[in-house]
Amino acid sequence: MIPEIGHFALALALALAIVQSVVPMLGAASGNLTWMALARPAARAQCLFVVVAFIALAWCFIANDFSVTYVAANSNSALPLAYRISAVWGAHEGSLLLWVVILALWTVAVSFFSRGLPPAFIARVLSVMGLISIGFLLFMLFTSNPFLRDLPAAADGSDLNPLLQDPGLIIHPPMLYIGYVGFSVAFSFAIAGLIGGHLDSAWARWARPWTIMAWSFLTCGIALGSWWAYYELGWGGWWFWDPVENASFMPWLAGTALIHSLAATEKRDVFKSWTVLLAIAAFSLSLLGTFLVRSGVLTSVHAFATDPARGVFILIFLGLVIGGALTLYAWRGPRTLGGADFELASRETYLLANSVLLSVATATVLLGTLYPLLLDALGGGKISVGPPYFNAVFIPLMSPLLLLLGIGPAVHWKRDRMARVLALLKIPALGTVVILLAAYAMVEPAGRATAMFGLMLAAWVVCATVNAIVQRCRARQQAWLALITLPASFIGQSVAHIGFAVTVIGVTMVSLYDADKHVRMNVGDQTHVNGYDFTFVSARKVAGPNYDATEARFSVAQDGEPLASLAAQKRFYRVRGMAMTEAGIDARLSRDLYIALGEQLEDGAWSVRISVKPFVRLLWLGALMMALGGVIAASDKRFRRARAAVSAGRSDARQSSTAG
Amino acid sequence: MKFYATLVLMCAVAWPAMTTAADEPLSFAAPHLQLRYEHLLEELRCLVCQNQTLADSHAELAQDLRSEVHRMLDEGLSNDAILEFMVQRYGDFVLYRPPLKVSTWLLWLGPLIAFAAALVAIVRHARKRQRPAQELDATERERLDRLLADHQRES
Amino acid sequence: MRFAIPFALFAVVVAFLAVGLQRDPRLIPSPLIGKPLPTFELPKLSAPAQRVTAADLVGQVYLINVWASWCVACREEHPLLVELARQQQVPLIGMNYKDERPAARAWLERHGNPYRFSLFDAAGNLGIDLGVYGVPETFLIDARGVIRYKHVGPLSQEIIEKEFLTRVHEYERSSG
Repeated sequence: MIPEIGHFALALALALAIVQSVVPMLGAASGNLTWMALARPAARAQCLFVVVAFIALAWCFIANDFSVTYVAANSNSALPLAYRISAVWGAHEGSLLLWVVILALWTVAVSFFSRGLPPAFIARVLSVMGLISIGFLLFMLFTSNPFLRDLPAAADGSDLNPLLQDPGLIIHPPMLYIGYVGFSVAFSFAIAGLIGGHLDSAWARWARPWTIMAWSFLTCGIALGSWWAYYELGWGGWWFWDPVENASFMPWLAGTALIHSLAATEKRDVFKSWTVLLAIAAFSLSLLGTFLVRSGVLTSVHAFATDPARGVFILIFLGLVIGGALTLYAWRGPRTLGGADFELASRETYLLANSVLLSVATATVLLGTLYPLLLDALGGGKISVGPPYFNAVFIPLMSPLLLLLGIGPAVHWKRDRMARVLALLKIPALGTVVILLAAYAMVEPAGRATAMFGLMLAAWVVCATVNAIVQRCRARQQAWLALITLPASFIGQSVAHIGFAVTVIGVTMVSLYDADKHVRMNVGDQTHVNGYDFTFVSARKVAGPNYDATEARFSVAQDGEPLASLAAQKRFYRVRGMAMTEAGIDARLSRDLYIALGEQLEDGAWSVRISVKPFVRLLWLGALMMALGGVIAASDKRFRRARAAVSAGRSDARQSSTAG
Repeated sequence: MKFYATLVLMCAVAWPAMTTAADEPLSFAAPHLQLRYEHLLEELRCLVCQNQTLADSHAELAQDLRSEVHRMLDEGLSNDAILEFMVQRYGDFVLYRPPLKVSTWLLWLGPLIAFAAALVAIVRHARKRQRPAQELDATERERLDRLLADHQRES
Repeated sequence: MRFAIPFALFAVVVAFLAVGLQRDPRLIPSPLIGKPLPTFELPKLSAPAQRVTAADLVGQVYLINVWASWCVACREEHPLLVELARQQQVPLIGMNYKDERPAARAWLERHGNPYRFSLFDAAGNLGIDLGVYGVPETFLIDARGVIRYKHVGPLSQEIIEKEFLTRVHEYERSSG
């Protein structure tokens, strides 16, 4: 009964999504306020039914209803409850449902926090979001229905993929999807703006907080994914430039460019055509990622089981949504998108350079990800584009970005004098030199030049950002009090920029000074890695709820002082017959000690991989700071005030229009 | 499709009939050889677990290929010769760093071309925008500066 | 005009993705096609004392089928190979890859032996020289000892007829 309710709820949601997208759009075109007003209730009702469907599927998992094919394929009675719930989005069908749920929740959020927007505009926004929802609901109902039954029911399920049985993977996909799908808001704003011919500073001010929030979630999602890969895949890698990782990275890069471009559009009414294109691109790349992951055109460790019919469906959907958006852009763009003036020496120029560099970076990732496919399609044979390629092309793109990042916030809008800016940047430049001198002694000679380069960029960003904060405070009467009265958007921006620098430090240090040793060890053996002594203390069998494992205990000492005790597991999941590693990690800000237990060798010894990873935590810490910075920036009073102001102006307008 | 599913499975499954563990650690006494060994394994793609390097893969073939690399390094072969050995057998697919040839020009030069195009666009854009600003006379400019400074303080 | 550029780029990408959908990204074309069979000297599975070299096989068009007793997919294609051997359309030589003798022999006894003989490549050296990455694999060798075709994964009747037998007849004609 429950699965049928879920199935029915999905069908109802589809009907409501059609209402939500068609009626308000027509209303906006004809000026019918009643039709426009239908957007909000339709969106909320749609959301209600999508959530009902989601709860129904979750219920099937919790109740171990193995008559549902999807449940039988992705759960098991021995699976712990937390994983039975996360198994809802553990495979293709359910993760699509999660996608639609999150889209519906964003839509409802827009419907609530859009009181001040012009009715025709919000009607169009919700309508576009409804259109996207229609596509996904159709996709689910016709090719990927999670509620299909297989009777008689299977005695037990074939378990959730062990790779996904991990706390990090409970929250990673929702975070990532909130980010991906969140870009649909900026996308819909862009489309509504293009249709209504209504793209100005106010438009950018409405779009900004939404975009920044989506970006923050995406940042968190990517960081979580990287962290998960680090401890779960057993080789201590944190980024592999895998197609699926790239699929999440491209919208992030485009989204980052979008945030900065939106700032310029809001403050100075510039780059409108570019901002709108980025808004379309960020969400389009999210959709493209969905296609790449689910169609099987690329191989990946994370890819879902694939089916060509699904690929065809998403490709058509992709063509309609993105193709439609870009057609609209080509048609309406020249008429709606002009811009204000600015000079070469102005903050606008830096923001433009930033968004150009990020866009080139996005294009590079896209090119590298799709190139094997392009070449194969042209009959040029199979090639692999992997980390050596991406690292080689990415570092030259990111370095100028970091340099400019230090300068940009110090430059005035519209017009500035280069001499003033340079004078202002003397102190951070000096600070960078001091930090580098201090770091020089601490960094090992091998690879020092590269390390110094990375640290220089990071130190520069930190110093320049701190300097900008100090300058701002000094401009006020009470410097210390000023610190708490600074605008949230400025604080958020600074936190995010420092976070980026922190990530750069982490990347630099762990890439250059990661010490890794793959050794054969018996119980009692000792191995030395980078000044740490690892002793294999014991190996014993342990049984989990749905797996059997060997747990190896290691003690670590430095200079004879005991430091830590680590437990690494090699798990064997009974139902799927898969072996997984659970790395043993001792984490400090300055370094991780990392042990992954490999196979047992013929003579009873174990193959063990031991690593010392300096500053690896900074990678994720920096990402979290970026996300936090985004949340702070999005909470800026200005965005709320802007809404109130617009809303006041709007009700005036409405009164006058009714009066007239 | 099913066949490839089993291939992928082999990346994670403990193979019952596997006589030798696919995880035998190999190393060199000489540090420079060890570095080259690790570097080469990072550059090569495993054919079985197609999204892992030879260094990371647990597939049995990966273990065999690791021993081959080890053997060739021991015999004093150059890095290029070892990569060539792999390419002769498995094609360019094994190289994570695509070789520079006609078919990969666009791949390697693409970012540069995109960057150059963007640069040209910015400069043209900035020039076009700059013209009217130059028409301000000294007093206008001064007034503008004052207004801008006020604005900056506010925001 | 510049507002239409994104659409044009997108159209190109979609076209490629559409083509990409019809291709299998995991399938890797062998660079060995058109090259001579690598040299080897391996014992027969059935007779450890008898050693076979690449030169011994020159002079006929034949197939080499890489198999192992631990290989699940090999069982799937095996009846087709037995049938192919019964029809005697083309000599079939096995290459027992990374296996153990008793297990391999027992496997042939249970499922039938379609091979003239099987090479016993316990260490997998010939496997590496042949670029084997997914057992079973099947190679077509012409009378001059040049590799002409390779299939990765279990064979189907369609593949045997379309890809292998037509080529076998072609190369037999040209050499004979």
